[in-house]
Amino acid sequence: MGEELKLFRTWSSRYALRVVHALKIKDLEYETIFEDIKNKSTSLLEYNPIHKKVPVLVHNGKPICESLVILEYIDEIWKQSPLLPQDPYEKAMARFWAKFGDDKVMPSIWSVFISQRKDQEEAIAQAAGNLKFLEEQLTGKKFFGGETIGYLDIAFGWVANLISILEEIADLKLVDAEIFPLLSAWMNNFSDHPVINECWPPRDKMVEKFKAMREPYVEKVA
Amino acid sequence: MVDEVILLDFYFSTFGMRARVALAEKAVEYEYKEENIFDKSPLLLEMNPVHKKIPVLIHNGKPICESLIIVQYIDEVWKDRSPLLPSDPYKRAQARFWADFIDKKLYGAGRKIYLTKGEEQEAGKKEFLDALKLLEGELGGKSYFGGDNFGFLDVALITFYTRFDVYETLGNFSIQEHCPKLIAWAKRCMEKESVSKSLADPKKVYDFVLDMRKKFGVE
Repeated sequence: MGEELKLFRTWSSRYALRVVHALKIKDLEYETIFEDIKNKSTSLLEYNPIHKKVPVLVHNGKPICESLVILEYIDEIWKQSPLLPQDPYEKAMARFWAKFGDDKVMPSIWSVFISQRKDQEEAIAQAAGNLKFLEEQLTGKKFFGGETIGYLDIAFGWVANLISILEEIADLKLVDAEIFPLLSAWMNNFSDHPVINECWPPRDKMVEKFKAMREPYVEKVA
Repeated sequence: MVDEVILLDFYFSTFGMRARVALAEKAVEYEYKEENIFDKSPLLLEMNPVHKKIPVLIHNGKPICESLIIVQYIDEVWKDRSPLLPSDPYKRAQARFWADFIDKKLYGAGRKIYLTKGEEQEAGKKEFLDALKLLEGELGGKSYFGGDNFGFLDVALITFYTRFDVYETLGNFSIQEHCPKLIAWAKRCMEKESVSKSLADPKKVYDFVLDMRKKFGVE
């Protein structure tokens, strides 16, 4: 039977990028529908009426929403190049850290990006504390998944791509290779992986986009 | 090898109760350790250094944190009985999606109802009922969210039933009026021993929440 796969995404969504990476690792063919967030298609609103967001994966006409849920779905249907560990404890750990990334690490990095002066100092301390947990998780491993890229590497993809962009715009260094040697190495290994580096959104467009997002938060100098 | 299972929990926690229900469904023997969330034990801080929160399941010395992750872990380890997640991958994805929805939408809205007043409380009520109605839609004509059998999504939601009296009294509205099917579902779940024995007493929950309101200076 012909499998019909469609992915609703935007060019920059770090959540949609997870699904792009997973589909690439599994070597799956699919149709891409790029959405304009300011003008969402009727299809997107039909497929994701609850959150009205990307990514949505549509498999043989049936939608799956929420990037981490989509990753597990893909892994369960297509068994090649497994993403999640088999062992229940290791699986629980992968899920835990992915959630930590979304719930705590990303917001703390964002706080650093949009804050200034003393607030920013405090935000940096908070973010560094979070990143330290990630650094520890890489002890003795090349990737979070071990020898090969897995679910958690894909979940943290935004760390490898977005952080350096935010650092450039805000003119600071969060992931210093001396303080976070394993995380820095991971960022390079992950980004350099052929499956990954082909899929990054264009850097100059990303810089432009996030510069604009930061604008309202930057104090105007008289 | 004999399994050593410990649950670090807090009696009133809707998240902790999820772990209790799952363990009861699977008839797993475990040691329950009540934590004082205002004075956390060294064991809790050691087992959950990242969030310092309950519930934590400690299985043969190894900690698992985050209630929905714990429930899935329990389902995968004790897979020979009372399956919680559906076997079909699409249905599994739907169950995970809606469990995530409960955590994103229902919990926060409920909290607004009992920890705020005025406009913020009204907003909380609306968000809460909107979320509950969507969940009722997802239940449809089924006995349980899991279909004919009690499952993962039922576990995720039923623990909030312990706070329904609190929401209704403090928010001054009737959930039965807006979501009768959901109330019928909750009562059906409560007929299961694994649920009724695991859930906190709603009267005690009510007193606890009133205490919280005083602590937060809401009254």
